Amino acid sequence: MAQIRKKEKKEAPALSTSSLPDIIFMLLFFFMAVTTMKEVTYKVRVTTPSATELQKLENKSLVRYIYVGEPMPEFREQFGSSTRIQLNDQFADVSEIESFITLERSAMKEEDQNVMTVSLKADKDTKMGIVTDIKQALRRAYALKIVYQAGARKAF
Amino acid sequence: MARKLNEINASSMADISFLLLIFFLVTTSMNVSTGLTRRLPPPLPPDQQPQDIDINKRNLFVVKINSQNQLLVQGEELDIRDLKEKAKEFIKNAANDPNMPAKYQKEFDLIGTMEYTKEHVISVGNDVDTQYQAYIDVQNELVAAYNELRNELAQDKFGKSFEECDERQQKVLQEVYPQKISEAEPKNYGGGK
Repeated sequence: MAQIRKKEKKEAPALSTSSLPDIIFMLLFFFMAVTTMKEVTYKVRVTTPSATELQKLENKSLVRYIYVGEPMPEFREQFGSSTRIQLNDQFADVSEIESFITLERSAMKEEDQNVMTVSLKADKDTKMGIVTDIKQALRRAYALKIVYQAGARKAF
Repeated sequence: MARKLNEINASSMADISFLLLIFFLVTTSMNVSTGLTRRLPPPLPPDQQPQDIDINKRNLFVVKINSQNQLLVQGEELDIRDLKEKAKEFIKNAANDPNMPAKYQKEFDLIGTMEYTKEHVISVGNDVDTQYQAYIDVQNELVAAYNELRNELAQDKFGKSFEECDERQQKVLQEVYPQKISEAEPKNYGGGK
């Protein structure tokens, strides 16, 4: 006893910081949960075109993506190097877009179905023929709100 | 000595996890997607042939892009850099030119009576081989034309930019300059490919 009392006199008890890492880890997990991960693994190479009059895409849960571009090198052998469409994680044909949209829409909440947005993420070197085909398919599927994804740039 | 060892100083643990936290914050890209928003026209009934909608020629602003990404605006070749000015001139029709859209008077909320070209339509046509970037460039310039017109009007009437205006003011400005860019197939408006 005498020994302990002697120790107390010498130094004040250290403030316990052992819970601090736990708090920080909680923060870390919070941020990891909140930040959205990238939607899919790209199977096509997409370099978005650039524009100046951009609008931010809000409410990501209402957005469905269509990717258009040349297949990545590892898929070249199988699919060739001509422009392809990617829906979710696989290559698709223009004719599949309609059923894809219908399926995605029916999976949504009823009140969200009307405000569904389709984001067209197409490579800047894509020919307009395929884009027009996609647009026509979207019209048929009644997915009328679309976004042409583009990156920022300064004026010409 | 042995008794001193069993209390490890854990205060640096917090610093380490802070470092981790900051590292993750920096490396995870928030992936903000941006783009040009458009609304497609509803589909035609399957039994109906696409018909030429009767639009007065003066109300129609035709932009065509060929496979070499060159522009044909109102029948003349034009550089993309000049498209915005040309579109602004068309939408506004300040001189009341008979070849440009008809103007109508309307009593607007907040800003009073103004003349505006409510029937104008901008039609964008493209070739199958047009590059996507060229198409986006054209769309972008047209949107820029509208944005600049709205901004000019906002400066004129409210003394601030469109962005700074409140919701009610923005709505009026949008009413004066409604965005009318046709997304339909080129043949819907009587233009060949």
